[in-house]
Amino acid sequence: MFCVHCGRPDAEGEHPGCRGPRAALEPPRFCPECARRMVVQVTPVGWSARCSRHGDTTSAARTG
Amino acid sequence: MTAAADERTHDSAPADDVLAVAREQVLERGVGLTEEQVLAVLRLADDRLDDLLALAHEVRMRWCGPEVEVEGIISLKTGGCPEDCHFCSQSGRFPTPVRSAWLDIPGLVEAARQTALTGATEFCIVAAVRGPDARLLSQVREGIKAIRESGNDIQIACSLGMLTQEQVDELVAMGVHRYNHNLETARSHFPNVVTTHSWEERWDTLRMVREAGMEVCSGGILGMGETPEQRAEFAVQLAELDPHEVPMNFLIPQPGTPYEAYEPIEGREALKLVAAFRLALPRTMLRFAGGRELTLGDLGAEKGMLGGINAIIVGNYLTNLGRPAQRDLDMLVDLKMPIKALGDTL
Repeated sequence: MFCVHCGRPDAEGEHPGCRGPRAALEPPRFCPECARRMVVQVTPVGWSARCSRHGDTTSAARTG
Repeated sequence: MTAAADERTHDSAPADDVLAVAREQVLERGVGLTEEQVLAVLRLADDRLDDLLALAHEVRMRWCGPEVEVEGIISLKTGGCPEDCHFCSQSGRFPTPVRSAWLDIPGLVEAARQTALTGATEFCIVAAVRGPDARLLSQVREGIKAIRESGNDIQIACSLGMLTQEQVDELVAMGVHRYNHNLETARSHFPNVVTTHSWEERWDTLRMVREAGMEVCSGGILGMGETPEQRAEFAVQLAELDPHEVPMNFLIPQPGTPYEAYEPIEGREALKLVAAFRLALPRTMLRFAGGRELTLGDLGAEKGMLGGINAIIVGNYLTNLGRPAQRDLDMLVDLKMPIKALGDTL
């Protein structure tokens, strides 16, 4: 699995910039399955992200 | 001496205490602080912060009233911008993780619906561009038409970069009532932040917007390496512009941008800035915008609302997430600050 904020493997290194308060204000940018950069749309109440290989995910799916 | 300068020298307050001067000048007479006075406020010791916030709140209540304008924003066109604004993750010139995206019309209508459900009276459509081309203006036109056809009467603002006179006129014809174009920072600091266009070009767009009868919305981002003197300079340059609204953002350092490693402004400093800008702009709508979550947290946001702020963006921002809108709405209830109703703004 890959970090949704920097695209590096989750298990690799500390990811200090990916787990701080700033990262909490970021929607996912990289696909957790393949680390491709996703097309992300932020809306007033959520976000949606599309990976060209793994399809769409939304904030509702993440929290629901 | 100008009339404004003459007004400011009318002095019955102790000259060595800027808060006493501000009480007489700003609170009693509604005359904003000068650049030198704003700088003195920014240099106040931290143990004067509560007094400063209390005065700024009094000024806001006296000259603006208790209501709070609530707004939602949406990015219609994300990323791929040709400009090099050093703070921005949407510049195509920096290796940021933000990819280009266009929001379709149904998505825009839904975003406007979500915003209206929060009680917001203002919905701002934003695009990351130097200025709008025919395709973007067409998308805005179709989007506004679809929002209206959905039965949503929320007021619509736009932020589409620099405009020509023809484009200004087109936006007026579409029913856009307010236009956002941030000056971003002090004129003297702007070349350190943006090199692909000038502060003066931004000013020109704002002038055309005002002359066309749209409300002017212009603020900026604090924490981009500007000095205290430049913060004071920026406050009075905004006062000179005399916009209807000033959005105050605090830098969220964005990965991949030149400002990636900048430290966010410390909370007390941010609150001091809020109050100082209120004292420079006693009658202007001062809006909490991006970065308050990182800089101030929940408690700081409340203090800001009690320190001069009278408008907020609720929910998410363009590429960053905010705190849930309901938390801000609950905060306003707790603070007994009524949300401005749509009928009040027409």
